[in-house]
Amino acid sequence: MGWLGAEEWAAVALSLKVAVWATILSLPPGIAVALALARGRFWGRGALNVIVHLPLVMPPVVVGYLLLLTFSPVAPVGQALASLGIVFAFRWTGAALAAAVMGFPLMVRAIRLAIEAVDPRLEQAAATLGASRLRVFATVTLPLILPGVLAGAVLAFAKAMGEFGATITFVSNIPGETRTMPSAIYAFLQQPSGDGAAVRLVLVSIGVATAALIASEALARSMARRVSG
Amino acid sequence: MSLSVAIRHRLGALSLDVAFEAPDGVTALFGRSGAGKTSVVNAVAGLLRTDGGRIVLNGRVLRDGGAGTDVPIHMRNVGYVFQDARLFPHLTVRLNLLYGAASDRHLGRICDLLGLGDLLSRRPRSLSGGEAQRVAIGRALLSEPELLVMDEPLAALDVARKEEILPYLERLRDEAGLPILYVSHSVEEVARLATTLVLMEDGRVVRAGPAAALFADPALAPIFGPRTAGALFSGRIAAQHEDGLTEVAVSGGSLFLPETLGAPGDPLRVRIEAQDIMLALTRPERVSALNILPAEVTHLHTGQGPGVMVQLRAGDDLLLARITRRSAEALALAPGTACFAVLKSVAVARGAVGRG
Repeated sequence: MGWLGAEEWAAVALSLKVAVWATILSLPPGIAVALALARGRFWGRGALNVIVHLPLVMPPVVVGYLLLLTFSPVAPVGQALASLGIVFAFRWTGAALAAAVMGFPLMVRAIRLAIEAVDPRLEQAAATLGASRLRVFATVTLPLILPGVLAGAVLAFAKAMGEFGATITFVSNIPGETRTMPSAIYAFLQQPSGDGAAVRLVLVSIGVATAALIASEALARSMARRVSG
Repeated sequence: MSLSVAIRHRLGALSLDVAFEAPDGVTALFGRSGAGKTSVVNAVAGLLRTDGGRIVLNGRVLRDGGAGTDVPIHMRNVGYVFQDARLFPHLTVRLNLLYGAASDRHLGRICDLLGLGDLLSRRPRSLSGGEAQRVAIGRALLSEPELLVMDEPLAALDVARKEEILPYLERLRDEAGLPILYVSHSVEEVARLATTLVLMEDGRVVRAGPAAALFADPALAPIFGPRTAGALFSGRIAAQHEDGLTEVAVSGGSLFLPETLGAPGDPLRVRIEAQDIMLALTRPERVSALNILPAEVTHLHTGQGPGVMVQLRAGDDLLLARITRRSAEALALAPGTACFAVLKSVAVARGAVGRG
């Protein structure tokens, strides 16, 4: 990508890294929470539902500030994690965390819808054939919800690529460390000569988003075909 | 090999209180919709946790309300064939069949038994209703269950598909050597398949016993329905005649039936509806009906309507005839009366003749 400057290229690469990690790491908890919300009958299910959805309705800057309060090096949680060698504040890992939290409700909603569409009578049939609950999940439920999981992952990835407010509040805008594409665009727009770089990043943004959407549509179609026989 | 069921359960308006034993062969739970038949098999398979009671399969306690035993579904080793086949849509027929199988060792044998050889690479969505149900039966069998439960497996199919599957079920009964608990509200199916009958009404067992004895009991005719009640004859094919009739040797003589496939010596069971039998005190001559069996009246059962259900013995077989009270009085029928049972060959529907 010769037409991108080094600084711009760094922002694109960082955004991709952050979004990939945010998506991959939120998939297991995303599936677990979606299962709990779709199938679970436990005390506090309503509260869990509200907490999961809060990032969707709160101002991103509030989410970022809450993350900072929790994970800053002087906060108890941040201190405990730091002693284990895990630091989020002002690191790219923090950007990934912020992106994951902001994308989580979108992912959970998509997976939950897919789980609710699975016919529980198929799972019952699998159990009568001798399959344990774990095997039923792995061989019947999971394959059937795969298109929904994929849709959730794409939404979360797209959200992560575009996350700005929570990220800049939580981990600031440090070139090469936490300056993702949206932060870079914002920074370039503050500079008198930055318009060209900003426009190039905007084009990359549009390109990545379009490619992700097309790829996910194609994948979802082929999976839906496979799943419904 | 046996299953013993004694359960109590409240389910909305229905209170279930059922006890019966199911020996080898096909035990049919028969009764109207809402009688609680499906709840009973769900309790056996573990899909329904009953309020109380005891279910024992081959000496293994599956459920004991008193002791708190409740073996989970996947540990029960009870195969289940549902009314809707419930095949896994994301798997091929082959993988569906092998889902619960320890290996593909028995795949060939089961495919032969159920005629599945050509379907293996197909997807469930491309199967007809009858094919899907046969795959579901094969899938349950390949999990090598100790008991096979079938809940109205033919109810969702049209008449032609039912006729396609019934012979497979008869083979299953005679060859697979595993007890089957079969739920149905169809007299035809039950008459073809059942070796033991459990008659249910409103969550209770009305009667349970050998199928032939219950079908021949005139007092139970109202449960089977006055128009569909009828006894079971067992016999063997004696000869195939060129004019399209099959001659069947029964204990009281021989019957001519519409062409039934099979070789001489093959066992058959025939359900003859009570309303199709005519009684005469002397052997009728110059009549078109081909079947005239000497018989003796053993029992008369008068209901509320104008009809009388007459039980007769022809040879070792019991049969039922439904005639009017007026005719019964005119002929002075009473237990012990010798008479002739007359049956038109064409009155016997093809579906009423099955493998014995």
